[in-house]
Amino acid sequence: MAEFKLPQNSRMGEGKVWPKPEGATNTREYRIYRWSPDDGRNPRIDTYYVDADDCGPMVLDALIYIKDKVDPTLTFRRSCREGICGSCAMNIDGTNTLACTKGADECSHEIVKIYPLPHMPVVKDLVPDLTRFYAQHRSIEPWLKTTTPEPEKEWLQSYEDRQKLDGLYECILCACCSTSCPSYWWNGDRYLGPAVLLQAYRWLIDSRDEATGERLDNLEDPFRLYRCHTIMNCSQACPKGLNPAKAIAEIKKMMVERRV
Amino acid sequence: MTDMRTPLGKVRGLGSAKDGTSHFWRQRLTAVANVFLISFFVILVIALQGADYASFIEALQNPIISTLLLLVILVGCLHMKLGMQVIIEDYFHSEGLKLLLLMGNIFFASFIALASVVAVLKISFGG
Repeated sequence: MAEFKLPQNSRMGEGKVWPKPEGATNTREYRIYRWSPDDGRNPRIDTYYVDADDCGPMVLDALIYIKDKVDPTLTFRRSCREGICGSCAMNIDGTNTLACTKGADECSHEIVKIYPLPHMPVVKDLVPDLTRFYAQHRSIEPWLKTTTPEPEKEWLQSYEDRQKLDGLYECILCACCSTSCPSYWWNGDRYLGPAVLLQAYRWLIDSRDEATGERLDNLEDPFRLYRCHTIMNCSQACPKGLNPAKAIAEIKKMMVERRV
Repeated sequence: MTDMRTPLGKVRGLGSAKDGTSHFWRQRLTAVANVFLISFFVILVIALQGADYASFIEALQNPIISTLLLLVILVGCLHMKLGMQVIIEDYFHSEGLKLLLLMGNIFFASFIALASVVAVLKISFGG
């Protein structure tokens, strides 16, 4: 059965309230999920206060402020701080997004709540284990597959065919969409999820690729593809403004097209 | 037991079922058909509101009405079976229980469909 209650060792407990920065007049409150595999404790929510006058505007700036000045044990991934690496994907203010491109003042509540990406195993604090997600991406073989001998210079593609990849190639595999999808929560072991299916479509419509049928065969499965019930959380969550739900619908259209 | 399979091995699992589109197509097909069939059924119920037993039987003995009613039953039950199958596959993860529920779903939908068909045929042939 689907799980509607967290297992005993995952239930949330009261966390620590960290002191307000001294002398700060403009503070913002952050409530952040904490869990460590090392201390045997249940997850908890710690409360932090960030001096908004001494901190950049983004949620990632606040996390770095906390790690630097309040609590060095707070663990999270970050790298590019400009929305291109996907490392800092997490659940902020109720939506999966990138901490580096989410402004603290864009949050709909005064208190900013931050959790790791939902329904994934947690490595520590805000760091989810994305091993399976990456393996799913690997399983769709995201590279150009051809049988025709390689041309001397390059595989050619018309301007119009290249345009078909717009809205697909920009995906940074941050997993915001997949981990916002209830179908992926319940059946993530068999359903590939929106991010991976968007990538699958990116290769399905690449005019240079010669393995379209083989790719469709690989996806033709009640779970791998058809667990998508057009819930649309994926398109709503995508921090890059892409539309994985549409890409999945296009794959379903291709499936029907090749048999009618 | 520690699972030492690689992540890719686990994701590939038993491979693609090479099926799923037929279910998807049938569900859409029956949904489109139901737009018309259920509209017909609602109109029929409204039209027969307050009718006495004899006029009800007479309406159902009209071959067009009984044919459409049979379609309502068959298409509706097929759609019901397909929809319930998706719900079971979504929410039940124990393979044994899932299999039992999927079987029960087919039995239930088949029984409801055939019992309703027999009832309509019995009336339309004046039984």
